[in-house]
Amino acid sequence: MMQRIVVAMSGGVDSSVAAALMVEQGYEVIGMMMRLWSEETASGGAHNRCCTPEQMNDARRIADKLRIPFYVLDTKDVFRRTVVQYFIDAHRDGLTPNPCLECNRHIRFDWLLNNALALDADYLATGHYARVDRVDGVFRLKKGLDDAKDQSYVLSVMGQNELSRVLFPVGEYEKPQVRELAVKFGLPTAGKQDSQDLCFLGDGNYRRFLSEHAPEIMVVGPIVRRDGTVIGEHAGLANYTIGQRKGLGVQAAEPLYVIGMNPLRNALIVGTADELGSSELIARRVNWVSGIMPESSFRAEVKIRYKAKPTPAWIEPLPDQRMRVTFDQPMRDITPGQGAVVYDGDVCLGGGIIERAAKVN
Amino acid sequence: MPYFGQIYGNSSSAHWAGREAERAVENAREVMAGIFNCKPTEIVFTSGGTESDNLAVRGAAWTQRHKGRHLITTPVEHSAVGQTVSQLVARMDFESTVLPVDRHGQVDIEEFAGAIRTDTVLASVVYANNEVGTINPIPRLAEAAHERGVLFHTDAVQAAGQLTLDVQVLGVDMLSISAHKFYGPKGVGALFVREGIDLLPAQSGGNHEEGRRAGTLNTPGIVGMAKALELVYSELEARTAHYRRLRDRLVDGILSRVPGSHLTGHREQRSPSHASFVFEGVEGNMLLMHLDIKGIAASSASACKTGNPEPSGVLLAMGYTPELASSSLRLSVGKDTTDEDVDYAISAVSEVVEKLRRLG
Repeated sequence: MMQRIVVAMSGGVDSSVAAALMVEQGYEVIGMMMRLWSEETASGGAHNRCCTPEQMNDARRIADKLRIPFYVLDTKDVFRRTVVQYFIDAHRDGLTPNPCLECNRHIRFDWLLNNALALDADYLATGHYARVDRVDGVFRLKKGLDDAKDQSYVLSVMGQNELSRVLFPVGEYEKPQVRELAVKFGLPTAGKQDSQDLCFLGDGNYRRFLSEHAPEIMVVGPIVRRDGTVIGEHAGLANYTIGQRKGLGVQAAEPLYVIGMNPLRNALIVGTADELGSSELIARRVNWVSGIMPESSFRAEVKIRYKAKPTPAWIEPLPDQRMRVTFDQPMRDITPGQGAVVYDGDVCLGGGIIERAAKVN
Repeated sequence: MPYFGQIYGNSSSAHWAGREAERAVENAREVMAGIFNCKPTEIVFTSGGTESDNLAVRGAAWTQRHKGRHLITTPVEHSAVGQTVSQLVARMDFESTVLPVDRHGQVDIEEFAGAIRTDTVLASVVYANNEVGTINPIPRLAEAAHERGVLFHTDAVQAAGQLTLDVQVLGVDMLSISAHKFYGPKGVGALFVREGIDLLPAQSGGNHEEGRRAGTLNTPGIVGMAKALELVYSELEARTAHYRRLRDRLVDGILSRVPGSHLTGHREQRSPSHASFVFEGVEGNMLLMHLDIKGIAASSASACKTGNPEPSGVLLAMGYTPELASSSLRLSVGKDTTDEDVDYAISAVSEVVEKLRRLG
């Protein structure tokens, strides 16, 4: 029997080409788009950047062109409950969250995947730049062929169950080739811009969003040195991120950087370039893609932000889904809330959420 | 269909091709007048049910406004009536009374009579509701309206092809239909307007349709509509008996096979082909998607192509909770539907509802 594939479509070029490739390969393809939560505007309408009426029309037109059924699923409540609430809570805790990780964990490869499987689909395909292969019966998550576009970082939450049911058709291509394919398939999205992070923000301004949706966490508080000396006032912890220098509004003999936050005291901790950075971090909620926690410490490379360079480190798996990462050199911008994702070359071994920089220089 | 090709004339033109088209249109008007039991001049051709409703409600309200500015309608109207009344209230200084309905979606005759005021000029009540199929007592409502000098319009879009359209029996002043509901073409409809009633045309222009609807007539659509109507009303009893038998099989099958399912609308006083349900703990949109993949073309009041479903206003007005009002499903049987089709639909609905409940 012909295999059935649900393709998560966004109206963008990558997911459109993914759908077209699946059709070309002879699968029975169903297009699905998620209507995510978005802010209400003053005029009563709703806006965000990922599922606007234009994007929806684009996706529907592409599905029409490919002659596949297309459905828009109401994902607003579950997205609000998981991703948006997580974003607000994390900022309340003085973290700098990456909502894409949570979306992939709770929405795309859980809620949507389950909906696809309930429709008797064999696989869910998405437009991510990543690859999956299977070695000795174990599914591996690999970087996309196009290193500049690689999205394995935000897919590091996936396990064996998810990978066994997911296809990334554009992961085998480089972005320019994907645009060429879009032209070849006659897809009208060939020239579109890439999509943005923080899709649920109408204007991309998360500070404004937090001021409006969680004003209680945007409270003025002290700027302190590590010894507790108060040297100024901050405008709410969520306005700042680790390593930030500009916009602190404090006078000092040498440049000062954000080196930490104390949400209990609502204090922003600043220090000199020497005080910034750490060679060690602890991550929690660690997912091992293989499903098996490594037994002992090992050498690997770690990315501490989506766009960071993979950096050599020792990885020490810890109980309770934690790990300790020890870099060879101090890292300036270990940021609690971001993902620490572990690679062996092209293979993504897993990752967790940075809890804290463990060792101060 | 020669009217797309060889007989390309405009029915308003004086030349031979125009005359051929005019003859076809006027023949169609006579056929329909026979079914409506009215004069051919009392039929206005439109682009469908929505235009017919707009022309009737706005057109009559406007010409009657010197007598009064009060309108009566119901919460179970198609939006073509509901939105037109809302617009008259919001922008043209009319007032409206939206009557309550019972749990089947039916209007109470006493409530209706009680709502009529000295300044009431027009009442519009749906003949058979499109979401739940319930039939309203149109002859008695129209009579009550006329006793107080109030014009009475009914939206008969869902009723056409299933119930009598005899306007003398119904006693209505205006009645809207749309061809696609009885196997006619899409994008064509008609409005019966009793002789002597003046309507403000929705679109102004030439003197087509005796000044009630400007615009070149859709000759092929009109011919197709009249033919379809003629076919169904020539064998109405046989057709509706077929509908009723299959519809009852469908309703009984779903209610007995699917736990937590409820029929919406009246069990007997409903449009013969129409079955509608709500399912506890299931979202209408999801139900439609799963049924579509299984080859079943159903609809849901809360369904929405943009993933932003709202509970059905009709079901809310009938007293359903917002959750149940988001779980509706409408299935219709047709002239070519078989027992096997119905049994397949019953199994498919049963399977999908169970699956969606497991998914949570």
